[in-house]
Amino acid sequence: MTTPLVWARRRDSLTRFWGTYRQQRTGLWGLTALLVIGAVALATPLLTDGDLRSVADAPGGPLEAPSGAFWLGTDQFGRSLLGLLLWGARISLAVGLLAAVLSVGIGTLVGVIAGHYGGWFATALMRVTDWFLVMPALVLAIVLATVMSRSLWTVVIAIGVTSWPTTARLVRAQTLAVESRPYIERAKALGGGHGHIMSRHVLPNVMPLVLAQTTLGISTAILTEATLAFLGLGDPAVVSWGGMLQDAREAGAVSSGHWWYLAPPGVAIALVAVAFTLCGRAVESVLNPRLGAVR
Amino acid sequence: MTATTAVVAPAPVDRKRTGYLRYGAGKLGGALISLVAVLVTGFFLFRIIPGDPVKAMTHGMPTSAEQLATLRGQFGLDLPLWRQFTDYCGKALTGDLGLSYQFHAPVGELIAQKLPATLLLTGTAVLLYSTLGLWLGTRSAWRHGGRADRLTTGVALTLWSVPSFWLGLLLIITFAVGVGPLPGLFPTGGMESGGERGFAYAIDVAHHLVLPVLTLVAVGYAQTLLVVRSSLLDEMGGDYLTTARAKGLRDAAVRRRHAVPNALLPTVTMVFINLGHVVAGSILVETVFSWPGLGGLFYQALSVPDLPLVQGLFIVFAGAMIVMNLLADLIYPLLDPRVRR
Repeated sequence: MTTPLVWARRRDSLTRFWGTYRQQRTGLWGLTALLVIGAVALATPLLTDGDLRSVADAPGGPLEAPSGAFWLGTDQFGRSLLGLLLWGARISLAVGLLAAVLSVGIGTLVGVIAGHYGGWFATALMRVTDWFLVMPALVLAIVLATVMSRSLWTVVIAIGVTSWPTTARLVRAQTLAVESRPYIERAKALGGGHGHIMSRHVLPNVMPLVLAQTTLGISTAILTEATLAFLGLGDPAVVSWGGMLQDAREAGAVSSGHWWYLAPPGVAIALVAVAFTLCGRAVESVLNPRLGAVR
Repeated sequence: MTATTAVVAPAPVDRKRTGYLRYGAGKLGGALISLVAVLVTGFFLFRIIPGDPVKAMTHGMPTSAEQLATLRGQFGLDLPLWRQFTDYCGKALTGDLGLSYQFHAPVGELIAQKLPATLLLTGTAVLLYSTLGLWLGTRSAWRHGGRADRLTTGVALTLWSVPSFWLGLLLIITFAVGVGPLPGLFPTGGMESGGERGFAYAIDVAHHLVLPVLTLVAVGYAQTLLVVRSSLLDEMGGDYLTTARAKGLRDAAVRRRHAVPNALLPTVTMVFINLGHVVAGSILVETVFSWPGLGGLFYQALSVPDLPLVQGLFIVFAGAMIVMNLLADLIYPLLDPRVRR
């Protein structure tokens, strides 16, 4: 009986959200860029032909300059760089998304639990969080990726388990703010248990923050993924933007001045990272109007 | 009444001092616990690795079972795990971080050799990008919302999103290898050409320093800029600024003498934290420019993988972060009386 009402309310708040978001010009640019990049990445199997992973029967000669046949030139095996770039987009986006979701998931869990329960357990949990916050995340991720086997999941885990503390801190603060409101007391009086309060009352209220954190986290995760792949810690079997840069460096593209091999992957990384950052900042300023007014 | 006041009066000063001491001791204790946690993590992280490190070390070389056993004894790998752990802790406390598989030299010695190069590179970079971030951030906040502000913030955010190693590679292609008519102006890597002495040597090192520092500054200054900008924006509405203007001070003087000193506080913390970060953050730039520092050493250790060396560098990088955070925590109350209470 209440369901239509709930849905109507959700639709209302979504419309309101979109209305405010639409006024953020940079946020709209970021969103448009992301939609285009996402569509291209999804359509890659239709746009390119053949399996680019096979090095044996590559169509072009090694390290060809951009031409009509190969718009961005070829790599040292004669594969089309444009094709590699498109396939790389899928890996970079997927890894970035998964790592950000993992990181924000851990952060939200830790933050809500620490904020809800309090006491010595929360103190211990926050000490651990602070410790992770102080650790140089990149070094920790590199070390994790070194000691585990080479695969995409390793990269996702290495990024995810090193980048959650900021989210945990933010979510904990928000949880404490939410829990001080009267309706939580009402829920408790009506017999709501810990699980009920955390999942039905606290979580929906920290969700907007979590969304903004995820958007911002993806751009960091994509950069870290590229870094790990560049250091040779990624999955050698798949094509990613960081891996392309490593290949380029190993093929001597730097000393021979083959800038067209090096430029596109970096531009792609920067473009996606900027787009996610713009979206994240726009979401942040919609949810936190004080911030929006200032920045 | 007067007697009691006379007795009580010095108390607040004393309390303030003991308050700071207690605060400092708390922070120091926290930092020590963090350092111990780093040591423990450093040990166990490298014991979850699958496979036999000795086999990896002698990979591809014909080795007898006796030689393997000798190697195990040499690196202490034949002892039970708890003995390895107590040995490791005891040694780490005296600065002994084990032997590198790759260089057959003590890890501590290798790190000490490479440290000055990293300090030179990162110190220069942090100094430059803090200054640049402060200068641009102040301008941008003072005229916020304007065209210049939007441009500065946009450029900084874009450069921040660029992978540092990629920027480094592009700079090498453009300015060291040379593109088209542009000749190579700077060396492609390393720290010195060799053979120079005295003043010529300093010039030579500075010449090698230009491109790596440029890369670090370009990627790093955005953070300082954004922090300076937002903390100055927080001060912008302050009544004391209106007062300063009402006194008839010029706009530049209001900014320089009244607004910026107040906005500077969060920046000081950040400079310290950056100093800690950048030691680790230079891994990529040092790798790309073959700079003979800790970052380059870390990369060399990763590709083997030379576990004792990776472990030692992990401890040094994490330790640097903890020490820098501690310094920031200790200095902050001295600069800002409001948080001393």
